[in-house]
Amino acid sequence: MQADIFIKRRNGGLLFFASLAILTAGSMIITEYDVLKGFTSIAGALIWGFSNFYPDAGSMQKLGDIMLKLRETVLMSIASTTVAAVFAILLALAGSRTTRMNNLFSVAARGIASVFRNIPLVAWAMVLMLAFSQSPLTGYLALFFGSLGFLARAFMETIDEVSNNSVEALQATGAGYFHIIFQAVLPSSMPQMISWLLYMIETNIRDATLVGILTGTGIGFSFELYYKSLNYHAASLVVILIVITVIVIESISNKIRRVIL
Amino acid sequence: MQIEESIKGWGQLSSDEIADTPVRPLNRSSFAMRIILLILSVLTIYALSTIDYNSVDIKKAVSDTLSNFKTMFLQPYSHRFSLPDAFYGVVVTMGLAFLTTLFGGIIALFLGLLAAQNLGLKQVANIIKVFVAFIRAVPTILWVLIFAVSAGLGSAAAVIGMTFHSVSYLTKAYSESFEDLDRSVIEALMASGANWWQIVFQAVIPSSVTYLLSWTFLRFEINFANAVAMGAAAGAAGIGFDLFMASGFYFDLREVGLITYFILAFAMALESLSTNMKGRLRKRI
Repeated sequence: MQADIFIKRRNGGLLFFASLAILTAGSMIITEYDVLKGFTSIAGALIWGFSNFYPDAGSMQKLGDIMLKLRETVLMSIASTTVAAVFAILLALAGSRTTRMNNLFSVAARGIASVFRNIPLVAWAMVLMLAFSQSPLTGYLALFFGSLGFLARAFMETIDEVSNNSVEALQATGAGYFHIIFQAVLPSSMPQMISWLLYMIETNIRDATLVGILTGTGIGFSFELYYKSLNYHAASLVVILIVITVIVIESISNKIRRVIL
Repeated sequence: MQIEESIKGWGQLSSDEIADTPVRPLNRSSFAMRIILLILSVLTIYALSTIDYNSVDIKKAVSDTLSNFKTMFLQPYSHRFSLPDAFYGVVVTMGLAFLTTLFGGIIALFLGLLAAQNLGLKQVANIIKVFVAFIRAVPTILWVLIFAVSAGLGSAAAVIGMTFHSVSYLTKAYSESFEDLDRSVIEALMASGANWWQIVFQAVIPSSVTYLLSWTFLRFEINFANAVAMGAAAGAAGIGFDLFMASGFYFDLREVGLITYFILAFAMALESLSTNMKGRLRKRI
């Protein structure tokens, strides 16, 4: 009997690793990924990075321009996340199991959130660019649509998790719908929601780079510009500034989380 | 409002009486939350009021975008490539996501073990955590473009660049799940003379395997979205590149619509698969 369990476990393990190996081999063939080239490129990139990819005196003159773009990008990320959060709260209230008004609304809200979350950022950015061209609004709206779906899902789960008991208690006292929302649901899920909001701001600053490269706005455009004109010193300055910004914002939000959670 | 004022007056009368009540930490956190929301709304209003609106005709752009969305979502069609082509593109993107998640997961498992405070040296753990935080702060697309300089644009640079980001994300997630493990389990095994490898493989990994798997699935979903983006922005193969060509080169909105539907279908299937798996794993424990 005991031997059986061990054989079963071993077979299960073998099956798991065999299917992983097959999937890996299949993926390598289909994506034409060259393992050797992949690993040698790490060394190559390191050598190249240390000899070329650092800011020098010439690139420091670009610091003012880059900082301006960086400020624009950070502000855009914060604005798009905050506005998306407002709409996401409405969607989450309509979609959550504890606060929904009726089934139809709930299904609709969940569907909208899921569609927005799964349409790739690239698609939003590219379609918006056709009409808005290189305006900062393109990046703003693309990030807005991307954040809306994610935040709506996160908020829904938060509301479901946090507010079951208090909602029931208030319902028993005969409190109205809006009283329940404003007195029980929002206050008890607020810390968690703010934590998600801060996470989304961090993510959006990183994603803003991608959107910027695609649509020619913000800090992504600065990087693309220097990268394509082979001015690697200035490009590295952009990377370093992005890293500093992201780490600063991450540590600020960690501090905030420690206070509010 | 009234209640707050009365508490304030009460506090002035006897400040040590209020210090012991459990109201205080709550007040501190709700005060902090109000400040944060205030700052965020001020920044948002400032940002929205300082956008350069002149470079674009807002009304026209909005109506154009709406009609673009309409063409995109209501008339998906492509004459450039057939459905099997699009399907193949999504499968290639899936392959990229799978490879990066697998490589990232394997490397992150070892780094995560080293970075867990309860399993190794504190100094090593801290060094790895700082290193990983640095890697995570660089956006994925920049890693890919940096590797593209030495490997050339293509799947090699995309896989390596995305793996870097996956490693840092998963190392953080894994090490935090390892740190949740009960200290007494490790101590018991150490007392019985088990070595480090035995502790890791008999206690640490089996007890946190559900968390590891659910984080890995989550990363797989993220990597799928990333692979689409890398196809568009860094010339990696797959559906993302087709999407970029359709919108940025051919300006064919109906093709963009078709590709978006394909990505949407796959992403949603992936999401429901991973929720399903997570539910089953949770039940097994």
